[in-house]
Amino acid sequence: MANVISDETIEYVGILAKLELNKEEQEQAKKDMGEMLDYIDKLNELDTSGVEPMSHVFPVNNVFREDEVTNGDGHEATLANAPEVKENAFLVPKTV
Amino acid sequence: MKQYETVIGLEVHVELATKTKIFCGCSTAFGGAPNTHTCPVCTGMPGSLPVLNKQVVEYAIAVGLATNCSITQYCKFDRKNYFYPDNPQNYQISQLYLPICRNGGIEIETAAGRKTIGIHEIHMEEDAGKLVHDDWTGSSMVDYNRSGVPLIEIVSEPDMRSADEVIAYLEKLRMIIQYLGASDCKLQEGSMRADVNLSVREVGAAEFGTRTEMKNLNSFKAISHAIEGERARQIELLEEGRQVIQETRRWDDNKESSYAMRSKEDAQDYRYFPEPDLVPIVISDEWLQAVKDRQPELRSEKLERYKKEYDIPEYDAEIITGTKKMADIFEATTAICNKPKKVSNWLMVETMRLLKENEMEAEDISFSPENLAKLIEMADAGEINSSVAKEVFEEIFKNNIDPEKYVEEKGLKTVSDDGALREVIEKVVADNPKSVEDYNSGKKKAIGFLVGQTMKAMQGKADPGMVNKILKEILG
Amino acid sequence: MSLMQLTAVELGKKIKEGEVPVVEATEAALNAIEAKEDKINSFVTVDREGALKQAEEVQKKIDAGELTSPLAGVPVAVKDNMCTEGLLTTCSSKILGNFVPTFTSEAVLNLKKAGAVILGKTNMDEFAMGSTTETSAFGETKNPWNTEHVPGGSSGGSCAAVAAGECFYALGSDTGGSIRQPSSFCGVTGIKPTYGTVSRYGLIAYGSSLDQIGPVAKDVTDCATILETIASHDIKDSTSVERDDTDFTSALVDDVKGMKIGIPKDYFGEGLDPEVKDAVLAAAKKLEEKGAIVEEFELSLVEYAIPAYYVIACAEASSNLERFDGVKYGYRTKEYEGLHNMYKKTRSEGFGAEVKRRIMLGSFVLSSGYYDAYYLKALRTKALIKKAFDKAFEKYDMILGPAAPTTAPKLGESLSDPIKMYLGDIYTISVNLAGLPGISVPCGVDSKGLPIGLQLIGDCFQEKKIIQAAYAYEQTRELVFSPLLAE
Repeated sequence: MANVISDETIEYVGILAKLELNKEEQEQAKKDMGEMLDYIDKLNELDTSGVEPMSHVFPVNNVFREDEVTNGDGHEATLANAPEVKENAFLVPKTV
Repeated sequence: MKQYETVIGLEVHVELATKTKIFCGCSTAFGGAPNTHTCPVCTGMPGSLPVLNKQVVEYAIAVGLATNCSITQYCKFDRKNYFYPDNPQNYQISQLYLPICRNGGIEIETAAGRKTIGIHEIHMEEDAGKLVHDDWTGSSMVDYNRSGVPLIEIVSEPDMRSADEVIAYLEKLRMIIQYLGASDCKLQEGSMRADVNLSVREVGAAEFGTRTEMKNLNSFKAISHAIEGERARQIELLEEGRQVIQETRRWDDNKESSYAMRSKEDAQDYRYFPEPDLVPIVISDEWLQAVKDRQPELRSEKLERYKKEYDIPEYDAEIITGTKKMADIFEATTAICNKPKKVSNWLMVETMRLLKENEMEAEDISFSPENLAKLIEMADAGEINSSVAKEVFEEIFKNNIDPEKYVEEKGLKTVSDDGALREVIEKVVADNPKSVEDYNSGKKKAIGFLVGQTMKAMQGKADPGMVNKILKEILG
Repeated sequence: MSLMQLTAVELGKKIKEGEVPVVEATEAALNAIEAKEDKINSFVTVDREGALKQAEEVQKKIDAGELTSPLAGVPVAVKDNMCTEGLLTTCSSKILGNFVPTFTSEAVLNLKKAGAVILGKTNMDEFAMGSTTETSAFGETKNPWNTEHVPGGSSGGSCAAVAAGECFYALGSDTGGSIRQPSSFCGVTGIKPTYGTVSRYGLIAYGSSLDQIGPVAKDVTDCATILETIASHDIKDSTSVERDDTDFTSALVDDVKGMKIGIPKDYFGEGLDPEVKDAVLAAAKKLEEKGAIVEEFELSLVEYAIPAYYVIACAEASSNLERFDGVKYGYRTKEYEGLHNMYKKTRSEGFGAEVKRRIMLGSFVLSSGYYDAYYLKALRTKALIKKAFDKAFEKYDMILGPAAPTTAPKLGESLSDPIKMYLGDIYTISVNLAGLPGISVPCGVDSKGLPIGLQLIGDCFQEKKIIQAAYAYEQTRELVFSPLLAE
């Protein structure tokens, strides 16, 4: 395997992605990610110098809305699926 | 001790004055019970998609043009990924790779002289929701009413060297944006927010020092204090032979100090990539020209026009055009009463005094030009005297009362009935023989005491000129 | 003949003519679901009560002449990644196990406007990540042709439901082949339209730049009719394309004379099952016999589509799935200490292994220091792949090949080797990268009795060409039902 994924990398990606893996899952993730990256490295065979990265496949531009209020009081729908609500606000563990 | 230089760059967030949010048709109005101004888009509901508010682009272009930026005619949005509950999608739609404006700058003036502060870029993005912390239950409450309110972030070059320059830059920026009508730029309400990037270096050093970023600065005072404090902190570290750590610090207004916002969970690796749900923005030359043509009159043009059109002195024009709000009130009031110099006086003297006393900004003025115009007419017609006028103006300033009704209800109208006034004066003369004697013996100043006594007896409602005249008649 | 063997358009006609009441058709579907779900498990949610209520309302409107669509009254199943107001929408994930949307996706709204009766929500690979429908948190779906085999994925529930005769047609979504591959495995017909043709509003995103909703049905006529109904320019979806050529049923013409069909040699190399190869080439021969000009050519870059796809799709997915955090909706872990622990436990418990694998990969390729090497490289590769297709379409009206290299594998054979599973999407994935339309049509069964699918790929906005060729091909053979529907 050309790409060797370290414990630190897996832990770091876990912080970015907010995923907590147990020891076994971590080992599996290291193996999976290494293999995938080896496979993805196939792209390096291609000479892409001078090629513009294509994020949108069609040249559609300038899609706008006008600055007009179209929505009314949405709090009921917004909160309908909330795991925990207090005084019409979402309740989460303290952030500071 | 070595000599140090402070190097400061600012990231200024400005909430744009659109009616609706940047990607949905929810209102941007302030207030409102939690989560009432929300929909699937601004709360990150699964399956919802953003659609860009055109007015946001127009305001961003307008600010870019007014700050001498070049406009990126092919620009895109990117996603900035980080987890935080005020950010419903856990990514913010922003611009990294192709921001709408670049390479501008504005001129500032401080005691140290004139100087241009470079603007690195201006980009469009969405605001986050609001968190209210509850210490008692150890939880936070999330309200997405502000989530998705359009922002522009104006990133300066590290061109400032003192708190004075920072304040001058912010004031200039605020004036420009207010003149464009792109935002009201109120620091206290958070519609203008400045993050301060600061580093210190030895005078003469070629390289910049390590910088820190300070957040949560809600007033010019906080910005000044934070700059002084951070400069001192960094110099102390360096003097002790320690290093400044690149970090984000949060200003605590109550403690007047900052603290590091460090956490293993904040990797500060935002994984920006092009927002696939939005298409690129192509700003044609025609569109750019149309925004230029619609650009409102800025301060320097207004200043010249005021001198010419209203024939008011340069000094007056400078003060009045100092804020867009003041200039707007001036023009609207003058349009009603056609007395520019009188309007200017009320604004320059009484209005400025009351703003200062109440620690308010011109943007906070809430009285209507109609009521000021009425007051000016009433004073001019002699219906109220000047001290009553000042009293009434304070009420107008505070509560935007209708001066006609107020004067009527409080009975403040100048008593012009000759007979009634004469009766009071005669009594004052009779009650103060000593002063009459003084007056008659040549101490003409004694009349002042008698006028004062009369005004007191009239509860201020007499025209002092009239009182003087009648007194002189009676005293012979 | 059982009612369930009718195509959607045939049933629509009988409903319109008063021959079959909407409630009867709905009950027939609900009863079929009840009878077959134990074997197939193609639904996550069956809305019996809601469906019967809709049936009555739709019948009234049909009787009043207010509904005239060919699909009016025809019961449909919807993939569980499309939001349906008031009806559980899970993406087959524990993290959305209790999520009831407050709005309906635009494609489903378009169906409802036409008088469709929504039967329920179909099983899928969790968040559409998979090729077998085995990554669902609610159990695997089985292939109606042989229940020891997978139905394909990720729209495996939709395709199996159509093949088993549990509904008359279904909606699926296709990010890398998720309509065409399971259609091929289940012996049904499915279209992935040009990107932007069907609104994505209300479709819970996997890879936003690749996702498209499309129809799954018994035949090409149904698919064209459904696509015509769900295609719309939606101002709520910025990537929605305004087009005035969505009268897809006008292409239901049995004529391929003079059509130029290219067969990419690079689609017929190593890894392709010989039986699939033979069936697909036999289909090409049929088209040639009907007057099409069939030629082999070199498409190039085929082997780079999969790695480019996994970088792009996983990167977008890692971001799209950040919103599932236990704050606003869906699952929240029971016990936690502080905010970040709540995030981590919620997501680790709420997502399955394949979803986590793709989120990790996506987060990694976007992280500081890797963006250029992986993400931009993949976007550049995508540009080259689009160019290769552009070049092919200068010469050909369409490209013909297999939908998948094999027929449906056995349950449990795929997940242990992800890369092998990903390779199964080799013929479908590049179509998504280039935003093109593709159709999968049954073209035979292998010696195990499992269906084989023919794929036709069109240039962007050229759905009509592939619909016409697929329709013409379909005329050359009998409609074959799965054993479960043929019973």
